Amino acid sequence: MDLRDLYQEVIVDHNRSPRNFRRIDAPTKSLEGFNPLCGDRLTVYLTVNDGTISDVAFEGSGCAISVASASLMTEALKGKPIAEADRLFAQVHGLLTGATDAAPEGKLAVLGGVREYPSRIKCATLAWHTLTGALHGADRPVSTE
Amino acid sequence: MSARPAPPALDAARVRADFPLLAQSVHGKPLVYLDNAATTQKPRQVLEALDAYYRTDNANVHRGVHQLSERATAAYEGARDRIAGFINAASRRELVFVRGTTEAINLVAQSFLRPRLQPGDEILVSQLEHHSNIVPWQLVAEQTGATVRTIPMNREGELVLDALDGLLHERTKLLAVGHVSNALGTVNPLDTIIAAARRHGVPVLVDGAQALPHMAVDVRALGCDFYAFSGHKMFGPTGIGCLWARESLLEAMPPWQGGGDMIRSVRFTGSEWAELPYKFEAGTPNIAGAIGLGATVDYLVDIGMDRIAAYEHELLAYATDALRGVPELTLVGTARTKAAVLSFTLGSIHPHDIGTIVDAEGVAIRTGHHCAMPVMEFLGIPATARASLAFYNTRADIDALVRALARVREVFH
Ligand SMILES: Cc1ncc(COP(=O)(O)O)c(C=O)c1O
Repeated sequence: MDLRDLYQEVIVDHNRSPRNFRRIDAPTKSLEGFNPLCGDRLTVYLTVNDGTISDVAFEGSGCAISVASASLMTEALKGKPIAEADRLFAQVHGLLTGATDAAPEGKLAVLGGVREYPSRIKCATLAWHTLTGALHGADRPVSTE
Repeated sequence: MSARPAPPALDAARVRADFPLLAQSVHGKPLVYLDNAATTQKPRQVLEALDAYYRTDNANVHRGVHQLSERATAAYEGARDRIAGFINAASRRELVFVRGTTEAINLVAQSFLRPRLQPGDEILVSQLEHHSNIVPWQLVAEQTGATVRTIPMNREGELVLDALDGLLHERTKLLAVGHVSNALGTVNPLDTIIAAARRHGVPVLVDGAQALPHMAVDVRALGCDFYAFSGHKMFGPTGIGCLWARESLLEAMPPWQGGGDMIRSVRFTGSEWAELPYKFEAGTPNIAGAIGLGATVDYLVDIGMDRIAAYEHELLAYATDALRGVPELTLVGTARTKAAVLSFTLGSIHPHDIGTIVDAEGVAIRTGHHCAMPVMEFLGIPATARASLAFYNTRADIDALVRALARVREVFH
């Protein structure tokens, strides 16, 4: 087991300087997500125009894995149609839970390193579950437990 | 004065050899187990007692006339005697076997406190408590219209007792406090707290889960009314623990659960309860667990709790100095009187990342809120990393932790 599979440079970098780490003042949708086991909590904000995510941002606090995963997610989603967001969610979820081996293209592939660390998978999925909840009308905060 | 010669200091290398689990590697590194506040490892002597019971004496207790049942009953009741002696209970009738601290506290909440609570009554708990010494009181408060109030803490992790007298009054029906904080290691000044409660006629429950593994406990000298603890936190099996309570209180309490073993006679016109402590032990108990805990107590008596306390006192001082030397490390919980528990944060690195990285170096610590969310909330942090020590830990273990923490800082530059 090599720690660097988990804490790859991209993850360390996105944790240190998370992208789109801000609030959107009048979002189309926003939702909170919690991981009660670790105390991670974040809010995902979305601006959606004609079925396309024109802006996405997040705020909150958590471990390096949850912050980096949220940051990478916002980078990957900006300007994408909702259907593409759903496809990416399915890919990342499949990658993290071991359901599929088809890594998502680009930087998101670094999240695959989390798979060897079962206790950390929920850290990586938190932002993604929160995103899906926000896109598809969850009216309560998302919880990983 | 004829001074007895001081007993020889504890030889950690020797006691360590009693714990087979410790001699293994994880992730290719020698295991350094520093998560003793979550659960402790078990000495060979306890494992052998469990094994021997199942291999040679297994039978139900208090029921059979046959040889095996008599042997199992003698071993089970013998364990009760030794555990009662270990905490200096006045009699074996005061020692109820339960699943653990959590169950003991729930028993007191429902059987002792619930019938005494009226709307507007108060239960006083400290801010430092583990959730299992908070939630059972919230449940009984909800059931009766009572409220739960708190004894505050300060940033060092000590209870603030200046206002304690004001918090205790005729509507206070119970004070519940931990002996040692699992999150921060604080040893609470029970003498002061119990004396104040006594002045106001308020009964006191002490959560002793984290005290038994570190120090000699004498429930009668403490002067409390209830004392709860778990076998697995004191080098014994899981699924067994004890509630100690004054006999007069237990006598007056109704049974908590009904079933076999806790009755003298059953008729559809009404049943009669068994004598103490069986009134509170419905159903087939955890016989092996009790016997294992008896063996644990024998083991601890053999080493000597005072030697354990002295050894850990030194090790805590060493560990405190060593951690203070780690750049950006902040100790959380710096009470003047502490057991060997070190909670800390490391710069802006999240405790979960610390936990994962030190694990890769073979070092097992706990990260998170430690089932003490009110403590974390007061301190304004979501989580800490926690190294909790036992008498089988050594300075080498602390050095390994310090090296692993250097690795954490390397990963995050
Ligand atoms: C201070 C304290 N009280 C109570 C408990 C609960 O003990 P158990 O889970 O064995 O019932 C613990 C253990 O987590 C503890 O540390």
